[in-house]
Amino acid sequence: MKPLLFTLRHAPTQRLDLSPLTPDRLIGRALKETEAIEIGTTEVAIKVGDLFKLRSGDPRALHFEGGSEHFDFLGQKLLPGFSIHVEGDVGFGLARNATGGRITVAGDAGPFAASGMSGGHVAIEGDAGDFLCGPLAGEIAGMSGGRVIVRGNVGARAGDRLRRGVVVIEGDAGADFGARAIAGTIILNGKAEGRIGYLNRRASLVLAHSVDFGPTYVDCGAHNFAFAKLFARALADDSRRAARLLSQRLQRYAGDTAVYGKGEILTPA
Amino acid sequence: MPQLTRKGVRIDDSFAEAFPMAGTGLVITAPNRKWALTAAQVMTGYATSVIGCDCEAGVDCELSPKETPDGRPGVRVLAFGFSPKAVEKALVNRVGQCLLTCPGTAVFSAMEGDLKIKVGDSMRQFGDRWQISKALDGKRYWRVPVMDGEFLVEGQVGLVKKCVGGGNLLVMGEDWESTMRATEAAVAAIGEVADAITPFPGGIVRSGSKVGSKYKGMNASTNDAYCPTLKGVTNSALDPDIGCVLEIVIDGLTDAVVADAMRAGIKAIVTIGPKEGAKRIGAGNYGGKLGPFHYHLKDLLP
Repeated sequence: MKPLLFTLRHAPTQRLDLSPLTPDRLIGRALKETEAIEIGTTEVAIKVGDLFKLRSGDPRALHFEGGSEHFDFLGQKLLPGFSIHVEGDVGFGLARNATGGRITVAGDAGPFAASGMSGGHVAIEGDAGDFLCGPLAGEIAGMSGGRVIVRGNVGARAGDRLRRGVVVIEGDAGADFGARAIAGTIILNGKAEGRIGYLNRRASLVLAHSVDFGPTYVDCGAHNFAFAKLFARALADDSRRAARLLSQRLQRYAGDTAVYGKGEILTPA
Repeated sequence: MPQLTRKGVRIDDSFAEAFPMAGTGLVITAPNRKWALTAAQVMTGYATSVIGCDCEAGVDCELSPKETPDGRPGVRVLAFGFSPKAVEKALVNRVGQCLLTCPGTAVFSAMEGDLKIKVGDSMRQFGDRWQISKALDGKRYWRVPVMDGEFLVEGQVGLVKKCVGGGNLLVMGEDWESTMRATEAAVAAIGEVADAITPFPGGIVRSGSKVGSKYKGMNASTNDAYCPTLKGVTNSALDPDIGCVLEIVIDGLTDAVVADAMRAGIKAIVTIGPKEGAKRIGAGNYGGKLGPFHYHLKDLLP
């Protein structure tokens, strides 16, 4: 059965809260009921039907034909077994607090993508904004499970307070990549700048390009890591570049010793 | 005993009686095949029979780098015990003493199973707080620092509650050489059956036992009815042309697997024929009252 299709009629003029448009909330609804869902965030009311032309289909898989940087909170609290595809860009908080399922975005994503996510698979073909997988203000931890793949570049503070899960960034990263990470794994094929792994507690940051990581990262030598080969095999379908990076002999820098110090930065030896 | 004949090999109208066991399995990998095999052999050592060992264990199959989770050469081993707790204890001890210690190895669960055994989760503390947890696709792995790098071990290993232990074939021939030829061929054929092991030395046991003994306190003693040197003095089950009996014991993850393994073994023995190999095939049972799994040889003929 074909997916439930949302075709964008025109570019939205205000930020949209698309959190009601997840498969579990749409199952059992008629198209007219879905069209009546309020998604506006200003005094000017906008309903789904005003912005999207709907074509009936299996609500377990949603397909958005056309996107916008105003598409906020798409896939929020997505559950296992469901999927969302966007043929375009998305805005703030993609897959926010998702617990499972798959989200693919053909364009770019805004800030805080995969924030608070605890399971599932998010693939962004374009770039992602700041605080990829990071927590919102006041939250203790960022992403706590699942897998995020970004083909393009990411903004500042990617992996901020990452708690668990795997993040693959095939492009470059902005300032303070992997800063304050609690645990988890981030693989970066491009270049990073700023304070890489600043205050990293237990996370593994795998970088294709080695730079000076500062005095609080301590060189522990080059090794063949069985876990890296396990990850390479597991990530091969998602990112061949990441798999190739992980298959190499890796130089281990333990840190950040300014804090807990159980984390590491791994770069090709 | 009534007998059937296949290509000149006499087959008893009897059945193998097997018992429920709990089973688990590991995939052991290493930088090369030599060390994967070494680890598997050591880990499955002294594990022939639960009568005197903590479990029954053996190598199920070798795995190519394409088939293992970390892309290195590997071996799949299976272990069986009387209860899930017994298997858990045996497995944790064996992983700790045989695989943690073996250079280059990593350990993964070979099955999802009904229950989970804490293997890596028990072993992580060897890392003395230097151990690192890695979660991937819902599974937890532990990286334990050791002197050759890191010991990677999966946190929990699957355990299947309802396995089968004690499927068997009695291979009877004129002398040791011909009987061994047939038995080795049968073991090789059973080795091709996935999810089944033959835990005895080389897959073969020569000291088949009966229940009870003339000595007090011994639960089992030699199966004199199948000892060729006692043919004239005991109530022997052997024909005049039988001079050697070897037994193959099979443990499997399912009832069907044990039946398949016995079928493969019988076919291999029959293929060799009575001149070069065995003259007769039998099976061990206790009258059918002790074990719930009965494998009638007549149903497993090629």
